[in-house]
Amino acid sequence: MTSELVESLFLPRLGTEQLRAGEDSGMAGDRALSIDSFTVTPQDFPGGDIGWLAVCGTVNDLAMVGARPAGLAAAFVLEEGLAGDDLARWADSMGHACREAGTELVAADTKVVERGAADRAFVTTAGVGVIPKGVRISAALAAPGDTVLVSGPVGDHGATILSLREGLGLDADLKSDAAPLVEPVAALLRACEVHTLRDPTRGGLAQTLNEVAAASRCRIELDEAAIPVRPGVRAVCDLVGIDPLEMACEGRFLAVLPKGHQRRAMEVLASQPLCRSAAVIGRVGEGPGDVVLRTRAGARRLLAMPLGEHLPRIC
Amino acid sequence: MGSDPPGRTGELSAELGRTITVMEVCGTHTVSIHRSGLDRLLPPEVRLLSGPGCPVCVTPTDYIDRAMAMAFRHGVRLYTFGDLLKVPGSRESLADARARGAEVDVVASPEDALRLASSRGGPSAFLAVGFETTAPTIAAALLQARDQGVDLAALCAMKLIPPAMEAVLEAPGTRVDAFLCPGHVAVITGLEPFRRISKEYGVPCVVGGFEPPEIVRALERILQMLLDEEPGAESAYPAAAAGGNPAARRMMDRALVPCDTEWRGLGIIPESGLCLADELAEMDAARRWPVEVPPAEDDPACLCGEVLTGSAEPPDCPLFGERCTPRSPVGPCMVSSEGSCAAWFKYGGRGLD
Repeated sequence: MTSELVESLFLPRLGTEQLRAGEDSGMAGDRALSIDSFTVTPQDFPGGDIGWLAVCGTVNDLAMVGARPAGLAAAFVLEEGLAGDDLARWADSMGHACREAGTELVAADTKVVERGAADRAFVTTAGVGVIPKGVRISAALAAPGDTVLVSGPVGDHGATILSLREGLGLDADLKSDAAPLVEPVAALLRACEVHTLRDPTRGGLAQTLNEVAAASRCRIELDEAAIPVRPGVRAVCDLVGIDPLEMACEGRFLAVLPKGHQRRAMEVLASQPLCRSAAVIGRVGEGPGDVVLRTRAGARRLLAMPLGEHLPRIC
Repeated sequence: MGSDPPGRTGELSAELGRTITVMEVCGTHTVSIHRSGLDRLLPPEVRLLSGPGCPVCVTPTDYIDRAMAMAFRHGVRLYTFGDLLKVPGSRESLADARARGAEVDVVASPEDALRLASSRGGPSAFLAVGFETTAPTIAAALLQARDQGVDLAALCAMKLIPPAMEAVLEAPGTRVDAFLCPGHVAVITGLEPFRRISKEYGVPCVVGGFEPPEIVRALERILQMLLDEEPGAESAYPAAAAGGNPAARRMMDRALVPCDTEWRGLGIIPESGLCLADELAEMDAARRWPVEVPPAEDDPACLCGEVLTGSAEPPDCPLFGERCTPRSPVGPCMVSSEGSCAAWFKYGGRGLD
């Protein structure tokens, strides 16, 4: 598990206060900085490809601290023998995603390694972002009385990749949600006060909200019936026995808002094409740093951190 | 069709005036009950207990040892369902064996194994584990493999649920007042096997669907039968018709025959397994690649066997949540996502503080 590696190996050697805080982006001076490697397989999937995902992932990590991307860098590790057509398609997707996110590549590097040393292509992207004056976003700021909302249906990306990998046969409406969240986040920040933003990538909503609960030492109370999940995603999850709340998203965010900002936030999100199904899914309360789910059946139970089953490479 | 939890279970149970134990024998029921927290919504007088309903959990340790020995000593490529991969054998799991060079591929279905075996060639074996639900698809894949001349054998550990239910009822120290019968299995078998059990032992056997309201509906029927003192067998799950699926049963009959088999926790139960029919005998991996493995020694502290028969609950085990967690499981009940221990651990079976 990568989280165990980080805890036991990297943090003792390289841990700075910022790394330990575990936000999606760090601060280099007054600029936000983020980096992410993409090893997804298959590299092409309904709703995107590795190039599209590599840009979305990094601009979204910047957006989760409230930053607008000022420029991106990309590094490509390519397996010898990779078809030029594939690479061209992924590069076009990167360009397209950069335009959608209102940014561009300002530095890049390419390495070719021998066959077998990589799985077709690994793409790393880093981004620098500017945080608007007065904006401060952090998981630690979530506080009792706050509202938790999600910007759209959860689990589409994870379910899409998993069903491709397991050969489950794709539902017609099942595709990755990967998308740059720069615009909706900027609109939200202009309209109301926001304490915390997180994109529920690996480990899905369950992991992300447990991290927020731990960082803020609060209890997050969720209402399962309010969490939007598409039927196709639910079907895949039932088949493989994984909770949709543990399925990754690549184009959704969770926002924690102080009391009184919920109505304005929902109005703003309703006008954003990516966020039409946004929903209020829970509240922050006093607690020991955990997440409690009120199930559809009406019972309350802990929503635990995902246990890290061997999931395929999804990002 | 169903009732919002807890439905009428409260009033029916009050009228009955005693505590009852209902055993579910299907991993999907186990997960649904714990995931939804249904057990906490029911009256305390209705106790739900998990039985031997998780195919991976009931598979004995030496099955894993045998499969690995075939891979290493005879160079057989293994095709397996994913949840078997991390089950600890005597010394290591199939996942460990794969890391050491054994050829082990995870497949989502027996058809996938057939397809891969056909395109790759070379000796291979499907790890045939599962209940009545899975057996027809295994039978179909093996018959196709034979007809197409694909070199795919089967290491058989398929099992039948009704004989295990009888073994639970016969086991000393277990008290089961009724069974919540598995919908998936009943879709194939129909009601007949459950009727027999209900008649012989006088316990209600009600087939239930998997959503909490469907489970509640089945529990209401069980309580009503106990109140009326008329235990019977019936389906509260529309997908499971009384007659089951005769075509699927014919497919099983063509390729498989009942045989004695060993269940973890229950020992050898007569006629409770499915082995290859004589005409497919040459596809029996155990016959084709005979391997001797030393008798498996399970961790003496592990209570998987007791958990599977309902004579212990997961937190009763000294290893539960301490030395045994989903990340480093000791027993199979913690490995499979459908195992009782995994469901208790993951969904906090002990309840909120």
